[in-house]
Amino acid sequence: MNKALKTLTNGIFKENPTFALVLGMCPTLATTTSAINGMSMGLATLFVLVCSNVVISLLRNLIPDKVHIPAYIVVIATFVTMVQLTMQAYLPALYETLGLFIPLIVVNCIVLGRAEAFAAKNGVGLSALDGLGMGLGFTLSLTVLGAIRELLGTGAVFGLTIYPDNYGMLLFVLAPGAFIALAYLMAIMNKIKK
Amino acid sequence: MVYFLIIISAIFVNNIVFSQFLGICPFLGVSKRISTALGMGAAVTFVLTLATIVTYLLQKYVLEMFHVEFLQTILFILVIATLVQIIEIVLKKTSPSLYQALGVFLPLITTNCCILGVAILVGDGTWAAKISGAEPNLLQGTIFAFATAVGFALALVLFAGIREQLAMNNVPKAMQGTPIALLTAGLLAMAFMGFSGVV
Repeated sequence: MNKALKTLTNGIFKENPTFALVLGMCPTLATTTSAINGMSMGLATLFVLVCSNVVISLLRNLIPDKVHIPAYIVVIATFVTMVQLTMQAYLPALYETLGLFIPLIVVNCIVLGRAEAFAAKNGVGLSALDGLGMGLGFTLSLTVLGAIRELLGTGAVFGLTIYPDNYGMLLFVLAPGAFIALAYLMAIMNKIKK
Repeated sequence: MVYFLIIISAIFVNNIVFSQFLGICPFLGVSKRISTALGMGAAVTFVLTLATIVTYLLQKYVLEMFHVEFLQTILFILVIATLVQIIEIVLKKTSPSLYQALGVFLPLITTNCCILGVAILVGDGTWAAKISGAEPNLLQGTIFAFATAVGFALALVLFAGIREQLAMNNVPKAMQGTPIALLTAGLLAMAFMGFSGVV
């Protein structure tokens, strides 16, 4: 039980994919123009992470060592395609916004990284928890970054107006703001850790 | 004229790193020295151009012909992974000097999202919407892919140059490492924003 809890919280705090491991930077910077976009991207990645971890953990003794990377990629790409088609059917507006970054979950280093580092060596239950923890950690950091950028850029969080948007700094919704907001957020995290 | 527009747009206006956010991992990872940045830039240019031609043909003559467009993600990533392996083997046999220069970067390229990203953009033909007069055919798509890769190399080399200088400066403890690199990238992105509206 203790080990399960440790696996779950590992991804959220100690090995947070964004702030501690610095993985998956492309979707982190590109899709956090608002809190809701960041959260959606995080949840899509969470789904793929949990499913691919479970399947790879189940197949870990069947996949020959020589072709393990291509095999993992096929498993991951299958789940990404599922997310892609489901989103296209039921959430077309969100699919438009996230666009290219949904198929690009395939090359997100977190997904392949967890498959290789955790699911290939552990049982199904623990792998699912690891995927869930990592996915939640990723979702959490994307939502926080999205909320900060949305607040500074447009004066709203999750679409709720906090202050009028003509006082907002548009820069934070644009590309440079993504880099700058993440840089300061990481610096604050480093300061807190010490 | 349209080729000129495509090249300017892909290198400067819609720079893949600073405005599309593709390929950030190698951008942060292999940008500590100008020489490695040049190697990585050259390797990406080579693979990206080849991969785009192959995936475009597959999109037109396999996926669209048999109406299985939903297999795009799976097919493209496998083809790119295979292609990188083949390039590695061919280079090793035919041109050892080139292999020595690009070799270490090749395995890293499979998981570089700018390769798959550009392959999907060219395969779907959505890249042409941003440039007036551009048509999503093979020739223009290939030029777009090549120019995009040059834009990536340019961003990487510029960034590496700044980081070499940055290493000698006194940076506050909490900002050391990734935060200061991201902040620098933010300022560079702001400079590249000056190109918006040119095309």
